[in-house]
Amino acid sequence: MLTKRIVPCLDVKDGRVVKGVQFVQLRDAGDPVELARFYDGQGADELVFLDISASHEGRKTMVEVVKAVASELAIPFTVGGGINALEDMKRILRAGADKVSLNTAAVNNPCLITEGANFFGSQCIVVAIDAKYDEEICSWRVYTHGGRTPTDLEVIAWAREAAERGAGEILLTSMDSDGEKKGFDLKLTKAVSEAVSIPVIASGGAGNADHFAEAFIDGKADAALAASIFHYKETSVAEVKAFIKEKGVVVR
Amino acid sequence: MIGIIDYGMGNLFSVSKALERLEVPYFLSENKDELLRADALILPGVGSFKDAMSILNSTGLADLVKEFADTGKPLLGICLGMQLLFESSEENGLTEGLQLLPGHVRRFPGSTAEGETYKVPHMGWNRLEFLQGSPILNGLDEDYVYFVHSYFVDTNDEEVVISRSLYDVEVPAVVGRGNVFGMQFHPEKSSSLGMALLRNFTELVEERMSVK
Repeated sequence: MLTKRIVPCLDVKDGRVVKGVQFVQLRDAGDPVELARFYDGQGADELVFLDISASHEGRKTMVEVVKAVASELAIPFTVGGGINALEDMKRILRAGADKVSLNTAAVNNPCLITEGANFFGSQCIVVAIDAKYDEEICSWRVYTHGGRTPTDLEVIAWAREAAERGAGEILLTSMDSDGEKKGFDLKLTKAVSEAVSIPVIASGGAGNADHFAEAFIDGKADAALAASIFHYKETSVAEVKAFIKEKGVVVR
Repeated sequence: MIGIIDYGMGNLFSVSKALERLEVPYFLSENKDELLRADALILPGVGSFKDAMSILNSTGLADLVKEFADTGKPLLGICLGMQLLFESSEENGLTEGLQLLPGHVRRFPGSTAEGETYKVPHMGWNRLEFLQGSPILNGLDEDYVYFVHSYFVDTNDEEVVISRSLYDVEVPAVVGRGNVFGMQFHPEKSSSLGMALLRNFTELVEERMSVK
C-alpha cells in the first residue's frame, strides 16, 4: 500500500538554509546538504527546497546546492522558487532535482506546465498554489508572488486546470493557516484533493503530530509539508510518523 | 565497467551519483561500440514510452540493447527503462518495445473494480513484496521503495515478476529473466533498500567478471 508522505521544507537563500538555527548538533546548521542528510536520517519521505534568493547570483548558487544535495541524498526532492521558464526547469532538473515546483510562473503562463510536462514528464512538475479564503467568491482565491498578489483564479478550478495541463502533483498552501500552528486547512485540502486525480501535498499550519493525522484522514492529503515545527525541533519526522501510524495512517 | 545508456531521456545524474556512492566505476555513453564493451548496462528512463522508443530506434540503440542482452552480460532497466524491456505500451498510442521480457505496459485504471477512484500517478513510497528468490534480492528484506509512474507492466508470466507492490493492481516492481533485470521504482531514490538493490546488481557484474 502506498504510504502517506512527510515532507520537510527548507528555505534556501543564496545557497544557505535560513531558519535552520535550532540544530546545534550539526556542524553547520545553514548547510543544505547537512540538513538534508539529517532529515533523510529521520525518515523524511521527500524534501522541498524553496529558493528565496532575490538575486541572479543567488539563483545560480541554487544549482550548486541542488547538485550537492543530489550527490548525497537517496530520497527525492523538489525545488521551487525562481522557476520562470523551461530553461530554469532544465537547469534545476539536470542538476539532479526530481521535481520542480511552479507557482507565480504557472499562473502567469499556464502553458509552462504543459511545456515542462511534455519535456520532462508530469512526475517532474509540481504546481504550488497559495490559497486564501475569500468571502466574495465563497471559495479560496489563488495568490501569487509569495502570497502578496491576489489573482482572479479560484483554487479548485485552478488546481483542476493545472492537473489537466500536465501537473503531476499539487503543493497546496493555506495562507489562512500558515504560521498559525493550529493545523492544516482540512476543508481546503479535502476539497482540492477530491477535485483532482493527482496527489496533493498539504502545507501550512502544522503545529503538532495530530495535525498530520488530520491532514491525511480528514483532509485526504497524499503528503504533508512542514517547516518550522521540524526546524525548531518541536517534533521530529520520526515522532510524527510513529504517532500517525497509531492512528492508522500507513507510513514508511 | 558499467555503462549507462545516455539517450536523452534519463535521470542520468541521480543514477550516476548512486553508483558513485557505491564506489562502482561507470561511464555514460550514447556510442554503440563503447556500450557493447561494457560489463553491464543500465537503461534509465523518464518520460514517455513512445518518445523513448523513437529515440532508441532512430539512434540504433534499440538494437544495441538487444544485442547486449544476447551476450549474457547483466542489463538493468530503471523506471521507464524497465517498461521499455517489455513487448509494448499503450502510452500515447500503442508502441512496440524492446521485447526482451513478456508483458504489456498499461495505464493504471484510476478506479477500482468497486468504482472507487484513486490517484494516478502512483507516486510515493510503497512496500516491495518479494515473490521469488533472485540474486538481485540476495540478503535483502522487504521494505519501502519510491515509485513515480502512471503506467505499469501487465504480464501473465509469473516467472519474470521477482518482486511486486500493490496499488489497486499488482505492480511488477523488480522483474527479470536470466541476465535482464528491471526496476519500476527508482532505486537511486529509494533510501537503503534501493541502494542495496543497486549494489546487488553491481555484484552480479563483479561475480560474472571473477568467473571469467
